[in-house]
Amino acid sequence: MTVTIELDRRFREAATAEGTLDVGFDVVDSPFGPLLVAATPRGLCRVWLKPDPEQQLDSLAGAFGRRVLRSHTAVEGAHRQLDEYFAGAREGFELDVDLGGTAAFARAVLDELARVPYGRTTTYGTLAARVGAPRAARAVGTVMNRNPIPIVLPCHRVVGANGSLTGYAGGLAMKEQLLRLEGALL
Amino acid sequence: MALIPPFERFYVEHRDVVLGFLRKRMAREAAEDAFQETFLRALRGYDRLEHGEHLRAWVLTIAARIAIDSGRRARPTVHELPELPVVDGRPAYAEIEHLAGQLPPTERAAVVLRYAYDLAYDDIAAALDSSPEAARQAASSGIRRLRAQDLPPGGTP
Repeated sequence: MTVTIELDRRFREAATAEGTLDVGFDVVDSPFGPLLVAATPRGLCRVWLKPDPEQQLDSLAGAFGRRVLRSHTAVEGAHRQLDEYFAGAREGFELDVDLGGTAAFARAVLDELARVPYGRTTTYGTLAARVGAPRAARAVGTVMNRNPIPIVLPCHRVVGANGSLTGYAGGLAMKEQLLRLEGALL
Repeated sequence: MALIPPFERFYVEHRDVVLGFLRKRMAREAAEDAFQETFLRALRGYDRLEHGEHLRAWVLTIAARIAIDSGRRARPTVHELPELPVVDGRPAYAEIEHLAGQLPPTERAAVVLRYAYDLAYDDIAAALDSSPEAARQAASSGIRRLRAQDLPPGGTP
């Protein structure tokens, strides 16, 4: 007997409201295609620019616990703020984030990254210097590559010392368009 | 030993079977309420599961328990029990389920979950919505009753 969409939705909302989930996630639309957005009770924990729910489900369970459920209500705040950001109507995110499982160095780098303002860019070397490891530009690049919450933690604002865009999980075209949206590129 | 899947995969895999199981025993609205309660209870106990064997039997046992309670509320004198789930044809489980068939419902569920499905008492408590100590007592009193063949009248044939 097939569970109706309505019954399915009721269960997912009740489970989220109960607070027993380790992670709730949903796939949401964006101008760059679908995004997989996930949150724990402590905050937003993942944004995947290229959703692959089967694989990412295992990744979420491994990082945060096996009680993972698709739930729109678990991520609706993040979804709304992302929509506003893409529409050019929001410059900063007011969201708690959960960086559980992130090593100390990466966490320090991501904390600094979160302070890079909308519409500005910085370099890997500058971020490295800000966390007190001026020669660790390459390690900072690795942290950017593995940024668990792109867009919200704005690794698209980090460019090479010569101003080149270098790389982006969603592709260089996306990085360029995000910087244009913010007015950081003409 | 089977790995325990993320809850989403477990839910998607078993939701239709659970709803079908409940609809055979209850009217639509009650079955839908019981469906939600079944998976909420499963979710509450899910982080305490120790392995991923027989998850369908586990969730159907939770559903059976909820159906029994709801049937009791509706018709307090009923003696008929829902059948426990048939799982993948492994004789040991079938045998224990058969032997336990005439036990009172809580003891039956505790005996089957403990000795047929090898669940820890924490998990059984989650499935029965009681405490681990109550689950342990129900299982041991069920086993004593089976040993003594001291079965109350009115169980399922």
